[in-house]
Amino acid sequence: MTQTARRGLQVGTIGQLVPRIDAPPKVKGEFAYASDLSTPGMLFGHTLRSPHAHARIAGIDTTDALTMPGVHAVLTHEDVPGDKTYGLEFADQPVLAIDRVLYFGEPVAVVAAEHPEQARRAAERIRVVYEPLEPVAEMERATEQADLHPDRPTRSHGYREDDRSNVVRHMVIRHGDPDAAGDVSVSGIYELGIQDQAFLGPESGLAVPDGEGGVDVYVATQWLHVDRAQIAPCLGLPLEQVRVHLGGVGGAFGGREDLSMQIHGAMLALHTNRPVKIVYNREESFTGHVHRHPARIWAEHRATKEGRLVSVRMRILLDGGAYASSSTAVCSNAASFALGPYEVPNALIESTVVYTNNPPCGAMRGFGAVQTCFAGEGQMDKLAAALDIDPVELRLLNALAPGDTLPTGQTITGSLPIAEVIRAAAALEPPAPEELPRDPLRLPGGAGNTTRGEGVRRGSGFAVGFKNIAYSEGFDDYCAARVRLFDDGSAEIHCAAAEVGQGVTGVVLQVARTELGTDDVRLASPVTSQVDSAGSASASRMTWMAAGAVRDACRAALDERAARGGRSEVDVERIYRHPRTTPLDPETGQITGERAHVAFAACAMKVVAEVDVDLGLTRVVWIGAAQDVGKAVNPQQVEGQIEGGTAQGLGLALMEEIQTSGGLITNASFTDYLIPTALDMPPVESVLIEDPEPDAPYGIKGVGEPPTVVSTAAIVAALRDATGRGLTRVPVRPDDIVF
Amino acid sequence: MRISIRVNQADHEADCWEGESLLYALREKLGFPGSKNACEQGECGSCSVLLDGTLVCACLVLAAQADGHDVTTVEGLGDGDDLHRVQQAFVDAGAVQCGFCTPGLVMATVDLLAHSAAPSDDEIREALSGNLCRCTGYAKIFDAVRAAAEAR
Repeated sequence: MTQTARRGLQVGTIGQLVPRIDAPPKVKGEFAYASDLSTPGMLFGHTLRSPHAHARIAGIDTTDALTMPGVHAVLTHEDVPGDKTYGLEFADQPVLAIDRVLYFGEPVAVVAAEHPEQARRAAERIRVVYEPLEPVAEMERATEQADLHPDRPTRSHGYREDDRSNVVRHMVIRHGDPDAAGDVSVSGIYELGIQDQAFLGPESGLAVPDGEGGVDVYVATQWLHVDRAQIAPCLGLPLEQVRVHLGGVGGAFGGREDLSMQIHGAMLALHTNRPVKIVYNREESFTGHVHRHPARIWAEHRATKEGRLVSVRMRILLDGGAYASSSTAVCSNAASFALGPYEVPNALIESTVVYTNNPPCGAMRGFGAVQTCFAGEGQMDKLAAALDIDPVELRLLNALAPGDTLPTGQTITGSLPIAEVIRAAAALEPPAPEELPRDPLRLPGGAGNTTRGEGVRRGSGFAVGFKNIAYSEGFDDYCAARVRLFDDGSAEIHCAAAEVGQGVTGVVLQVARTELGTDDVRLASPVTSQVDSAGSASASRMTWMAAGAVRDACRAALDERAARGGRSEVDVERIYRHPRTTPLDPETGQITGERAHVAFAACAMKVVAEVDVDLGLTRVVWIGAAQDVGKAVNPQQVEGQIEGGTAQGLGLALMEEIQTSGGLITNASFTDYLIPTALDMPPVESVLIEDPEPDAPYGIKGVGEPPTVVSTAAIVAALRDATGRGLTRVPVRPDDIVF
Repeated sequence: MRISIRVNQADHEADCWEGESLLYALREKLGFPGSKNACEQGECGSCSVLLDGTLVCACLVLAAQADGHDVTTVEGLGDGDDLHRVQQAFVDAGAVQCGFCTPGLVMATVDLLAHSAAPSDDEIREALSGNLCRCTGYAKIFDAVRAAAEAR
């Protein structure tokens, strides 16, 4: 095991600091994001959305809208050529609302016009007669209210049977004897608001008819092939007639797993026989993608007086919003990682996700583990206080290690250096408290100049979190890569891995250079027609999976060339799969094979914060992180993931929440939904722990999610230390500190 | 209405609807998509350009207001294939991930360094606080700004 130090810039292969190939065009403004695309004859699309969280649609009249200047098409559900519904995992979501709307912002009709303003104005002239219905607005009451999906789209998928209304998935993990008694017991209720991915590049794409009944869709997405699998049936087209190309992606964080404009743009393009571009504005973006599930979590931890965990009980309730998206997997992930990275002999974990008329929730960086890490780490601190044990020592005492068993019965066979990340983070030294007086920018309240230091208390917090890498529970998770070797010694790589900002294009090139032994490698632009699926740029899986696929394809290409005497051009495609997983037993939550999860990655974090306890204003002073990264393929980019992932967790801890009233979003702008700015982020000191993952190519682990999983918990721990308050809900508001 | 704007030291003309922002005109009418459309309400800074040398959000300026004025966008900073020192510093520091905020942050940094050759860390944080980045957590952006200042 090694700790990686910073190195100078080099160009090259795996493990080196490689400047990003996409950085020069991005700094010059030449990189083509999906919203930058333009083509002659292009129309602009606009989406009419529901102003209600729950309503029956009594009628839609597009007559006036069609007469508006510049308008070429106004389409409703009646114009959807194929399947009327779609979904990432369950086809429970209408392409365009049919006879009801289930959430605020649900698409009802789409317009194509020559100017985006013409499209917007025409959309305002569509007459939709809504009969508002009582919204299911509180997740706690959802199981007692009318079923929003009486056909139960997620039933019969191997999940536990649950007849209560609006249950998307309910699962139980029973491990050992949950009634086992300890010497001490602590309990608490923890809550998290709805977090938005808030990627800066709004949902965008360009659909171009091919003149033969098919369509090319250029879109900012995380997974080209799963987009195609949803688009084509709704258009009534075979897969081959829909080609999905990766448009430049301005961040994703899970929010581009589900479709946004893809089917709408393609419908308008095919209907008008013109290219159609759709670009959401920021307000629309808040309704244009799924969010992080808000949660309410009850937990009880029992331990011996020496601090050994004896039993943990946890009940997790997640609000999935109006449609299923990836809620069933988030529900399961929350349960799987509910105990944190600790050896716990007995546990009972119940996790439930419900349908409501709130904004639909699905994937966001951390995927269920964020919510339970916040609850679980709060509990560990409570336990440390009850036992009068140092919080770091308590965590070390219970740290999971290879060979230990998870509550699902899975034995950890790969890498999981929990104690090492805890020790490394704990060893990081924060800066000494800065003397007063000082510039108000370095005090809580900042430029608001609200204190000169009066009422400011300093606190420190510690937390550790972990989660799975790649898709779990029996999902056939694979990645394809295609390698072409040419006579001139150059190579071309095709891989549909979505570059969402995480740097996977660099990884692909590094692997190809490493395996082929040449720098003369280019990466083709990803499109579904040239290569099989790469799977999703999600679940901290893309670096591992793309590296595996490109490695295998490169080696196969070299073998084939050698078999042909070393001269001819070759073109090979290979599919890489990680070790197979199997589902959890629906009744007990126990594994049904060797593993339900492939591998794990952890991050420990130490935080120093200052709080103005009179005004409830906060300033995070310093963060130290130690992360289990397997092998740092590109150390500079790994640090970037840690720093950026930490910032998103800081946002959830301190400021980020989509506010709703009766299901209606009330803060859909960057004026009202705040994300961390340059003034909010402290320095983040990071240590990379390289403990190779035995099942992964080059020992790689994913690195994107662990810092986000843990930073919310660690930051709130520091605020609790500074204030003495319980602070069981995030984002922490000034009111929570003062009153 | 017909407007004339000098963009990156070349004269351009376009027919614009009166309600169009300078950002829309640059991106959709004049062929300068480098300035980005992340919020279009002046909160994120991704559309930052220099208007007669002053840093502005192009989304908050009407195209009509820019008629007869001089605009510098991120596309106008470098010299052919040679990057401006601020652009080069962003590349070298690893300050670019998805890059959607990058053009605005590059412009804001150019503006900062024009007014303060060797800014303190607090100056940098304050000067860039109007530019949202969702990927990097800003650390490598600060590194880039310091490196660009030193590269002068």
